[in-house]
Amino acid sequence: MEHTEKYEKYYVPAQSVWPIVGALALFLIAVGAGNYVVEVTRGESGFGGYVLATGLFILFVMVFGWFKDQIHESMSGMYSAQLGRSYRQGMAWFIFSEVMFFAGFFGALFYARVIAIPWLGGASNNAMTNEVLWPSFEAMWPLVSTPGGIQTTAMGWYGLPLANTIILLVSSVTLHFAHVGVEQNKRGQIKAWLGITILLGLVFLVLQGYEYYHAYTDLGLTLQSGIYGNTFFLLTGFHGMHVTLGTIILIVLFLRVFKGHFTPDNHFAFQAGSWYWHFVDVVWLMLFFFVYIL
Amino acid sequence: MATVTNTPADTHTADHGHDDHHHGAPKGILRWVLTTNHKDIGTLYLWFAFIMFLVGGAMAMVIRAELFQPGLQIVDPNFFNQMTTVHGLIMVFGAVMPAFTGLANWLVPMMIGAPDMALPRMNNWSFWILPFAFLILLSSLFLEGGGPNFGWTFYAPLSTTYSGDSTALFVFSVHIMGISSIMGAINVIVTILNMRAPGMTLMKMPMFVWTWLITAFLLIAVMPVLAAAVTMVLTDKFFGTSFFDAAGGGDPVMFQHIFWFFGHPEVYIMILPAFGIISQIVPTFSRKKLFGYASMVYATASIALLSFIVWAHHMFTTGMPVGAEMFFMFATMLISVPTGVKVFNWVATMWRGSLTFEIPMMFAIAFIVLFTIGGLSGLMLAITPVDFQYHDTYFVVAHFHYVLVTGAVFSIMAAVYYWLPKWTGKMFDVTLAKWHFWCSLISVNVLFFPMHFVGLAGMPRRIPDYALQFADFNKWISIGGFAFGLSQLIFLVLIVKACRKQGEPVTDQVWEGAEGLEWEIPSPAPYHTFDTPPVVK
Amino acid sequence: MDISGEKSVKSLKAVMGLLTLCVPFFSFAQSAAERSDLNLRRGVTDISDQVYGLHMLMFWICVVIAVIVFGVMFIAMLKHRKSKGHAPANFHENVKVEIAWTVVPFIILIVMAVPAASTLMDMEDVSKPDLSIEVTGSQWKWHYKYMDREVEFFSLLASQREQIENKFPKGENYLLEVDRPLVIPTGQKVRFLITSDDVIHSWWVPDFAVKKDANPGFINEAWTRVNEPGVYRGQCAELCGKDHGFMPIVVIAKEPAEFDRWIDEQERIAQEKRAEEERLLAMNMSKEELMASGEQIYNSVCAACHQPSGEGLPGAFPALKGSAFILNDRQGHIDVVVNGRAGTAMQAFSKQLSMSEIAAVVTYTRNAWGNNTDDLVQAKDVNDLIQGK
Ligand code: HEA
Ligand code: HEA
Ligand code: HEC
Ligand code: CUA
Ligand SMILES: [Cu+2]
Repeated sequence: MEHTEKYEKYYVPAQSVWPIVGALALFLIAVGAGNYVVEVTRGESGFGGYVLATGLFILFVMVFGWFKDQIHESMSGMYSAQLGRSYRQGMAWFIFSEVMFFAGFFGALFYARVIAIPWLGGASNNAMTNEVLWPSFEAMWPLVSTPGGIQTTAMGWYGLPLANTIILLVSSVTLHFAHVGVEQNKRGQIKAWLGITILLGLVFLVLQGYEYYHAYTDLGLTLQSGIYGNTFFLLTGFHGMHVTLGTIILIVLFLRVFKGHFTPDNHFAFQAGSWYWHFVDVVWLMLFFFVYIL
Repeated sequence: MATVTNTPADTHTADHGHDDHHHGAPKGILRWVLTTNHKDIGTLYLWFAFIMFLVGGAMAMVIRAELFQPGLQIVDPNFFNQMTTVHGLIMVFGAVMPAFTGLANWLVPMMIGAPDMALPRMNNWSFWILPFAFLILLSSLFLEGGGPNFGWTFYAPLSTTYSGDSTALFVFSVHIMGISSIMGAINVIVTILNMRAPGMTLMKMPMFVWTWLITAFLLIAVMPVLAAAVTMVLTDKFFGTSFFDAAGGGDPVMFQHIFWFFGHPEVYIMILPAFGIISQIVPTFSRKKLFGYASMVYATASIALLSFIVWAHHMFTTGMPVGAEMFFMFATMLISVPTGVKVFNWVATMWRGSLTFEIPMMFAIAFIVLFTIGGLSGLMLAITPVDFQYHDTYFVVAHFHYVLVTGAVFSIMAAVYYWLPKWTGKMFDVTLAKWHFWCSLISVNVLFFPMHFVGLAGMPRRIPDYALQFADFNKWISIGGFAFGLSQLIFLVLIVKACRKQGEPVTDQVWEGAEGLEWEIPSPAPYHTFDTPPVVK
Repeated sequence: MDISGEKSVKSLKAVMGLLTLCVPFFSFAQSAAERSDLNLRRGVTDISDQVYGLHMLMFWICVVIAVIVFGVMFIAMLKHRKSKGHAPANFHENVKVEIAWTVVPFIILIVMAVPAASTLMDMEDVSKPDLSIEVTGSQWKWHYKYMDREVEFFSLLASQREQIENKFPKGENYLLEVDRPLVIPTGQKVRFLITSDDVIHSWWVPDFAVKKDANPGFINEAWTRVNEPGVYRGQCAELCGKDHGFMPIVVIAKEPAEFDRWIDEQERIAQEKRAEEERLLAMNMSKEELMASGEQIYNSVCAACHQPSGEGLPGAFPALKGSAFILNDRQGHIDVVVNGRAGTAMQAFSKQLSMSEIAAVVTYTRNAWGNNTDDLVQAKDVNDLIQGK
């Protein structure tokens, strides 16, 4: 069969074992998590945790194996510009889907603040809601006293959160410097800036952990303390999970830099990792503004 | 990338990757498990969807058997609720969406002149998540306390505080289904944007490709919102949060807003590809170009954009302020305009054509008529003051089965008949197909048309037993239901025969009026198409 | 291209012809429209009448659109077939036509939107009501409370379990009958304050064109002004769990004078009941009495969840038969029935049942199905628990 010069470069991967392994991993994670959650809240013991852990482990193996294959393919130059574009676009759409995931929780936050709580306080067409059902409730945000009567304390924006904001912002800049390093093939510069970025990410996580500890022990701000605590913990929590994932990605990139990977014109993984990091950063800015300050 | 030059090593590995190109499909079960071939994956999706259609349909048969007469006969109310819930979930997430994804897999690369999907391994992953997700969902029916019983819309707090423990499994199975859909959609979007053959500009793409491009965008935009919704259900039920609980400052209605922000675009996810299919089939059998191609594209895009601002038409009775009700009523009504444009364009395509009525065309025509009926009843539902009467009655059930069964499902059947000869290289059994069509057409109307009447007369949905005045129609509805179900067995036989490659060989073009790249390659379509990119003029 | 050639004029005539053919159908449909087993009810309020009119307007517009669209298509199908030797034209766009069929539907929509908006505004009447009733849904019954009066009661399905299980023949109002209907005056503006104790329900009476969701923690308002006395039936219209199909609504509309008599009477009965309750507190009932009335109460109130056999539904509703909790914890047993369990379907029954009734049903569950604790619970015990003794 004739091969045109152009098309020879398009790479259709041969069969691969990783997708089915990945599907199996997600299956175990879903079954495990589904059982584990019930067991934990019921205080029972069961197999859920083990299944979940197995699933996560298999997922880890799958990611490792899959990426290894891909890195190999990429390093041996099988990829074309077209495939590179496919990866970049794929990553961009993936980040868009993540944006929409956060939008769901931001939506809950806005709805609670702008609609649910004022209505419980008697606004709009809900005068009777307040009068009959919650006569002693007054609308407020942060909701430090729920209609059901739970008291809590709001988390201020100065101090830790402000520090964390600065840390993340700086980390975005340092990562950019690392990226510039990749583009100019200055290995030392990549290593230094990437290393600093990773450190900043870790510091952020530690501080976030400390903030949670502070919320639980000193402020009485918990998952159970009403919608203020709910939106606070779910938004910052999912963000924190993304920072964790982002940090892991950066660490992997860091190790790959030491193995001599990434050239000025072949560094999709690096670019994807840095996009992801910037995205996590932007989400934090939104969070800082809407969850902490406003 | 500039580094890709043909060094000897490169050619070697590249050739290795190309081995399959020369040898066609690998053999054995592993072919299906490990495949990265868009046609294999398309086939897997389509078979999975069909099986799920039978499973979901069997549940519908349980529903119809119970509703055959007033009184409780066969199942207890709790199980009945599980049947409605799982029937809805399976049909939506297990049958219709995977069927469309399967069609996209088969057709999009062939239509745009690409060798495969953009991300073939991820493609395989998206598919294989699905059987596992539904295994979880279905097996939860056998747990103590049963599976999900709160409707496919799982309104809180019925799905949170008042649900059984299997809710956790439900939540995680929806999560992984969502992951699958998002990855599938990313694949389609990237394939379309990045893999078109030279000369295939956006405005030259077949309508099916256009509608899928927009559908994929909708999917990526709203599936994550569903994931957020189920996550909040999970934390409300198991971790003491109060997103949907007024005592903690939340609101059960907030759940509905989040759900329908996903849910309404979701229903267009299930109809836009159908529009694409009909836009392929009607011109072929009219032997005339699609009327108003450009306006079709704009109409599809408008429907998609409008779909983001109409969600609360499912919630008119929840007590929204009147201003909001007005807004959602008007926005919803507006969707009729671009949808009308589509219907008119199809009719104009047929107008002064040279019509023949092969099986795909028969399904397409049935689609146009019956979908329009469903759309018009949708328009009636959009009128807020009357929706107070229609809401949560069988009138709504009639509406959405017209758009989903005689809409989405009929379009899928039309598509299968239309492209099946291309896939297998043989003409399907036309006699059986005619039987399938006519039996389905008649029974489906016996099944769903009287639902309008019982709905208007006041029969609520999701009830296992009903007052006596609804008895006559329900009997007919059930009879229609059984007949429609049996008719689908004809389809099953036909497909099995086709897959065993029985029948007359067909030409490459298959249908006299067919146009497009997929009709220029051999029948059956070779395992790898477009080793060299076609040039589109 | 030409779409408006001579041929098309002919076709237009054909469409008109088709429309005329439809006349008998239209008149048939018109008569069918009045049948309540085929169509929406006109109802008994001004609003429901407006809604009916709107519905019919929408319906006919849709029918006309459908007839035109399908008519054109069928003509094409009949005349423009290959088998008749029709050669395909090759037009494939026409800006004017396309604009027309974008604009015309838009105008039709405006024609629909105007009356719809005006009806919606009429429904949004916030003037002062003559009477307010708090309507609370719970699994699976309605509770009505007349604001400013001492009258409140639960309203439960009255069709017998045996009818549902096909053991007895079904009566005319099977599933649409309740033990205590809501009573309202005609000609007055009655406001409903609708809420829920557990999941979302929806209070729907078709004849009033009122359907409003009962959201836990929020109060939705709806109102009606009924023109004719009569008995009006409706159902819960939001999936609310197992017995969603079994929580009907019955409203009796009475002339205002008659209504006033009725409500005074109810107030008196309520007072007497309270006095009776006081009296019973001091009395001890025999085991037979307790078991007999307990069984009755159990079957009408508790059996929906815990099942007549006391075996519950595993995973959803716990078994009471042989329950260690019941057998070992008498106080706890009374407490769970009186106060319910927060955040579960087990609701507080102190609102629905009197102390003597609770005593009876607790005694029954402690002694039925082989739960032979052999101890009796008296109204006084329940009172002690409520008073915190
Ligand atoms: C494929 C799926 C699909 C599609 C395409 C639609 C299309 C539409 N739907 Fe439907 N709908 C559902 C699936 C779908 N729906 C489902 C599943 C539910 C129930 C969910 C649940 O509760 O479980 C639902 C429920 C639902 C409701 C809520 C009812 C209730 O619960 O009270 C409403 C209310 O507005 C509605 C409206 C519409 C409208 C206006 C359209 C429009 O898009 C229709 C537009 C089409 C036409 C109008 C016909 C063609 C047009 C012409 C011929 C032009 C001329 C016409 C005019 C301009 C007048 N739908
Ligand atoms: C694409 C989606 C889709 C499809 C294809 C269908 C198909 C069918 N639906 Fe479905 N339906 C929904 C989506 C769909 N439905 C949704 C979203 C709901 C709402 C759920 C909720 O309330 O939460 C719903 C609810 C719903 C109800 C209302 C339940 C209630 O409110 O209590 C009913 C009742 O009749 C019903 C009936 C049917 C029937 C008879 C079919 C038939 O078309 C099915 C035909 C197919 C088969 C029967 C399978 C093939 C045959 C066999 C497997 C052999 C066995 C056959 C026999 C024994 C005869 N459906
Ligand atoms: C709407 C459904 C429903 C109704 C009606 C109902 N119950 Fe329950 N009941 C429950 C549920 C659910 C629980 C379990 C609560 C939990 O999870 O702790 C329960 C728990 C109980 C328990 C505690 C059992 C145990 O082992 O912990 C008792 C006793 C009980 N109910 C008695 C009654 C009586 C008596 C009545 C009638 C007056 C009644 N219930 C009516 C749903 C109901
Ligand atoms: Cu109460 Cu449905
Ligand atoms: Cu919708």
